[in-house]
Amino acid sequence: MVVGISHAATIKVGKQYPVTTIQQALEKANDGDTLLVYTGHYAEGNLTIEKRIMLIGIDRPIIDGQHKHEPISIRTDDVTIKGFTIQKSGHSSMADIAAIKIYSGKNISIEDNILDDNFFGIYLQGASNCRIINNKLQAYGKAEHLVGNGIHSWKSNNIIIEDNEIIGHRDGVYLEFVTHTRVERNLSHNNLRYGLHFMFSHDNEYHYNTFRSNGAGVAVMYTQRVRMEHNIFEENWGDAAYGLLLKDITDSHILNNTFVKNTTGIYMEGSNRLQIHQNNFESNGWAIRIFSSCMNNTLEQNSFVQNTFDIATNGSSGKTTNIFTGNYWDKYEGYDLDKNGYGDVPHHPVSLFSMLIERYPTAMILFRSFMVTLFDRTEKMIPSLTPENLKDEKPLMKLPTS
Amino acid sequence: MNNKIIKYVITDLLRNRTILVYTLVLLALSLSIFMIEDNTDKGIASLLNIVLFVIPLVSIVFSTIYLYNSSEFIALLVSQPLKRQTIWLSLFIGLATAMSLAFLVGVGIPTLLFAPGISGITLVIDGLLLSLIFVSIAMWTSVRIRDKAKGIGLAIMLWLYFALIFDALLLFALFQFADYPIENLMIAVCMLNPIDISRILILLQIDLSAMMGYTGAIFRNFFGTHSGMIITFIIMLLWAAIPLYFSTRFFKQKDL
Amino acid sequence: MIKIEQLSKSFGKLHVLKNIDLQLEGGECVSLIGPNGSGKTTLIKSILGMVIPSSGRILFEHKNIHGAWQYRQDIGYMPQIGEYPENMTIGQVVDMMKDIRRMPEAEMDMELYDKFELHRMLDKRMRTLSGGTRQKVSACLAFMFNPKTLILDEPTAGLDPLATEILKEKIIKEKHKNKLILITSHVLSDLDDLVTQITYMQDGQLIFHKTIEALKTDTDTDKLSKAIAQVMRTEGGLR
Repeated sequence: MVVGISHAATIKVGKQYPVTTIQQALEKANDGDTLLVYTGHYAEGNLTIEKRIMLIGIDRPIIDGQHKHEPISIRTDDVTIKGFTIQKSGHSSMADIAAIKIYSGKNISIEDNILDDNFFGIYLQGASNCRIINNKLQAYGKAEHLVGNGIHSWKSNNIIIEDNEIIGHRDGVYLEFVTHTRVERNLSHNNLRYGLHFMFSHDNEYHYNTFRSNGAGVAVMYTQRVRMEHNIFEENWGDAAYGLLLKDITDSHILNNTFVKNTTGIYMEGSNRLQIHQNNFESNGWAIRIFSSCMNNTLEQNSFVQNTFDIATNGSSGKTTNIFTGNYWDKYEGYDLDKNGYGDVPHHPVSLFSMLIERYPTAMILFRSFMVTLFDRTEKMIPSLTPENLKDEKPLMKLPTS
Repeated sequence: MNNKIIKYVITDLLRNRTILVYTLVLLALSLSIFMIEDNTDKGIASLLNIVLFVIPLVSIVFSTIYLYNSSEFIALLVSQPLKRQTIWLSLFIGLATAMSLAFLVGVGIPTLLFAPGISGITLVIDGLLLSLIFVSIAMWTSVRIRDKAKGIGLAIMLWLYFALIFDALLLFALFQFADYPIENLMIAVCMLNPIDISRILILLQIDLSAMMGYTGAIFRNFFGTHSGMIITFIIMLLWAAIPLYFSTRFFKQKDL
Repeated sequence: MIKIEQLSKSFGKLHVLKNIDLQLEGGECVSLIGPNGSGKTTLIKSILGMVIPSSGRILFEHKNIHGAWQYRQDIGYMPQIGEYPENMTIGQVVDMMKDIRRMPEAEMDMELYDKFELHRMLDKRMRTLSGGTRQKVSACLAFMFNPKTLILDEPTAGLDPLATEILKEKIIKEKHKNKLILITSHVLSDLDDLVTQITYMQDGQLIFHKTIEALKTDTDTDKLSKAIAQVMRTEGGLR
């Protein structure tokens, strides 16, 4: 073993070489070796990696699971897999079969691969210090139970997930009991359920990702100390679809994100002490639905443009502890006589009709009818049903230039 | 179709001061809206209120007054070798053309210039159809009621009904039956009001994201499909055709 | 030319025409007279198809006019008050009528048009016209298309004496062309010298239809107006 590390060897795999299958190479290899796999179609059932090797594809060789096997299983540390097309893993309702599955391990790098038509894409359990970078994962699931998640991580920590594109899986990225992880610049779209789904995963960061047209948007649940910045949430359409679903989130930051054309931009339930700043909400059905179970949140310097409803809430009871201040509301009709850039009268972002819709969703058919406009106007002048305290005392007069 | 008199009816209407003022007011409104709003969908939303409110009102009231004021001229035409149906349809075509042209110049062209998208096109088509429909309804009221004051009163009542009262009743019914699955029924009921149909069609464009929600999706599943659109379009045309048909039938038997 | 059989018309409970029988022939100038509300205008409008009879029928040249419209090609009508779209010019109104009638220019009768000098005011809008000028326009249009029958409702009301004279001459001329001319009028003296038959109506009933000669003999007077007055008195006395 000790000798092996100092004499790292390179094994070439291909039709033109003595070693023609990856399996043979894996058997021959020692820890620290590099396996160069040349272009070709390798359908070898399951390949289990139990040695600390680098598995490099040259000219994108194909590893094929033939819809029966798990193409690659990793059961050790310090492994790199790079440059392959890995396709057609087996499907099972009993076991979570993945294109690449890590059965605990650390310092594992999965880069530049194309994962096509697999059940799960990349599956990490009990992993740490891993890098999942620049992979493209595509599945063709027709229903949620027929397809697994793109990048699935369970009980892991210190994972870096960057620059991946995930299409057509159940959840694009799924994290459960994962900490100290960074998810950056990924594009997750047209997945059947959530573009990003994480639960019980504290102290993570999500930056510069784009989540588009996923079945139900992005769900973040039962988590503390999350930072979500500069992400784009768009075109997540449907009754139970959200740009961002927050359930029992505390002490987190949601900054500089953009929410465009979602049925609901942010849906907040039981979430406390969140800083929601400088986000941009545009052309959403509901920009934010904030339930009365949310407390001590601060919404500052966000901009609300061309949303059907800016804020909706279920409770009309007076004591809201959420602070709205210095936001830009395109529906604000006040004035700024002292020219300090903020409107002189507070803005009430909850309309009577949006309260009505919460109780009678069918009433949506009457939206923008003259009568409804009349109701809303009357309510604005003499508030009686809408929550009096939910207001922005310092509404911005002009759209902040970001 | 004999078009001998259409030409003259249109010429007369296009020189009408009310039509001219109507066109200019619409033009001023839509231009100022588009100048102030940099967001085109918001502009469309503001214009929507004008289209749903002003177009039906002016179409029905102006047409009714015009028909009453023209009663002597209509009588003169009837004494000429012309079919009564020809006279009546020519009047409809004349009025419909004048109202549509006023709308096209006042709202249509600015909309297509400033907001050339599906929502803009929908708005323009809606406005045109509403013009036709309320001219058609005016034909019916004015042929049925001899007294000018009563006729104009009925026209205003009908407008009030379609623009306001209908929605109030609908909202009331909705509260009463909120516990039942009434969405499909609602679609059917909305078909009874051309203003509501127009409004929902625009809603599906400018409030698309909200309409993707549960109830919205039901409306969308109907109005958003090809067959739904065709049915809706046919119903709008029926709204124009049926009052016109009955008014023509009545006009053929009317003593002048 | 025109045959009316058992014609009745009621507006709701009001019986305006009661079983009218009347036959009118070409070459005659018939004056339809009667007090206000006697049903004269309703009778005329029935002939023109503007009023739909409740029962009975009207034959124009042996054809039932019910539901027909082509027969009006042969009728020139001058209404009591000529209302035209107010934004149209005289020229446009004339053009419109020409369009409706589709008669070759050569066959048109432009006599009144020339004598009333309409060509000098073709650009005037209808709303600016006086009552007299409107009447002139109406008269021109009634005669212009050389119809077999002329129906004139109070033709001289509002016309100045000169125009009245021109119109009377024209009526006489047309009568000689074997046309039927039906005139309603209150003021008879204007038309004394051209009327050949009198039809008298009262309360929706046709009281009599006689030639002038017969009327004068019956009433023993030779002035038409006196004869009428005589009739009215006796008829009034009967009731």
